[in-house]
Amino acid sequence: MSGQSAPEHLDARRLLCPLPVIRTQDRIVDMRAGDILAVCCSDPGARYDIPAWCRINGHKILEISEGDYEFTITLQVGESDAVQPGD
Amino acid sequence: MAKAKAVALISGGLDSLLAARVVLGQGVHVEGINFFTGCCVEGHTHAIRKRDSEKPKRNNALWVAEQLGIKLHIIDVVEEYKDVLLNPKHGYGANLNPCLDCKGFMVRKADEWAVAHGFDFLLSGEVIGQRPMSQRMDTMPVVVRESGAGERLLRPLCAKLLPPTLAETRGWVDREQLHDFSGRSRKPQMALAEKYGFTEYAQPAGGCCFLTNREYSSKLGDLWNARGHREYELDDILLLKVGRHLRPRPNFKLILGREEGENNYLRGYCSQFSHLRILSHRGPLGLIDGAADRDDLLLAARLAARFCQGRDAAQVEIEVHEHGGETWTTLVRPMPVAEVLREWYV
Repeated sequence: MSGQSAPEHLDARRLLCPLPVIRTQDRIVDMRAGDILAVCCSDPGARYDIPAWCRINGHKILEISEGDYEFTITLQVGESDAVQPGD
Repeated sequence: MAKAKAVALISGGLDSLLAARVVLGQGVHVEGINFFTGCCVEGHTHAIRKRDSEKPKRNNALWVAEQLGIKLHIIDVVEEYKDVLLNPKHGYGANLNPCLDCKGFMVRKADEWAVAHGFDFLLSGEVIGQRPMSQRMDTMPVVVRESGAGERLLRPLCAKLLPPTLAETRGWVDREQLHDFSGRSRKPQMALAEKYGFTEYAQPAGGCCFLTNREYSSKLGDLWNARGHREYELDDILLLKVGRHLRPRPNFKLILGREEGENNYLRGYCSQFSHLRILSHRGPLGLIDGAADRDDLLLAARLAARFCQGRDAAQVEIEVHEHGGETWTTLVRPMPVAEVLREWYV
């Protein structure tokens, strides 16, 4: 992740899915392509849902790091409208 | 000519998957929308429990969007949804499920979103006769009317049985390529899924809402009764999905984690509740919901001890954390099973 801007942080602990996805989605609206967001979660479902949401919306997962009872998903914001039907 | 744009209500089930696929197949630009009410059934909510860990932990709405190759917008409607749940104009179904009001609400929200974002129409996976309350021939026009969506709402799976909508009259979709499904049989949907090559899809028995679940509705009713009012916060209804709930006295309820995953989840609420930690044996974390005095806490401790590995021991050591008060430890005799009354289980 060297050379990239410092990540913004989002605390999504104690939220059950899909709230971590919704909070991520709402935060990314105000970010620019290439920006980094680190989302701290405690619901195991977020480990699957945030990457799935990123895949369909054109964002890139950089890292998933584990902690005690929680984990952090680091993603890079993609270009808007990255995914189009029929692509 | 620019493609027409449609918003698809995506629940994560087969019908909305197929409805969106039918319209995608006609060259329409489709994006999905999914609403989070707080009462939604999510596969990974259950995955908090370790014993369910073999099951897929996916969010089915996201999975459907990925299968279709469309964007999905998940909208938090928890606050607005309270009025739907508390004051349903059309009443409840078999449990606390306000299905017809809920459908009207979601179509209205989707329509507002569609208009605000420059989409031409919206579509849903409704099928006439599929559901006893919200998907009957006589109630489907109610949804159209009360949502305000009017002719902007297309139901591709049963469109041929309904008056033409805007998407058809404007030529954005070919009515002849839409469907005439009706009734509770799933065979037409399964045949269509096979045609499109969908071999895996979610088939939730009670739909996508906890409110159709008898046990969940019972817990919600208990919460309202105990508090003497029906207002609720998101944490209230999320906690109803987790743990074993027992109300040994009217003034408090004990929530016990059933395994490690639930204990981990309940641990996040310890700063908001009086709670119990079992020190001498492996066992559940217990949250106390309500105003409990020391005698109540001792009763809760004996009850919690009943569900730990020391249930047959002479004594179990428990740490009691009083919310906003002191922390103390106690040795209790686990409550014998005969003393745990059936009616305590919420």
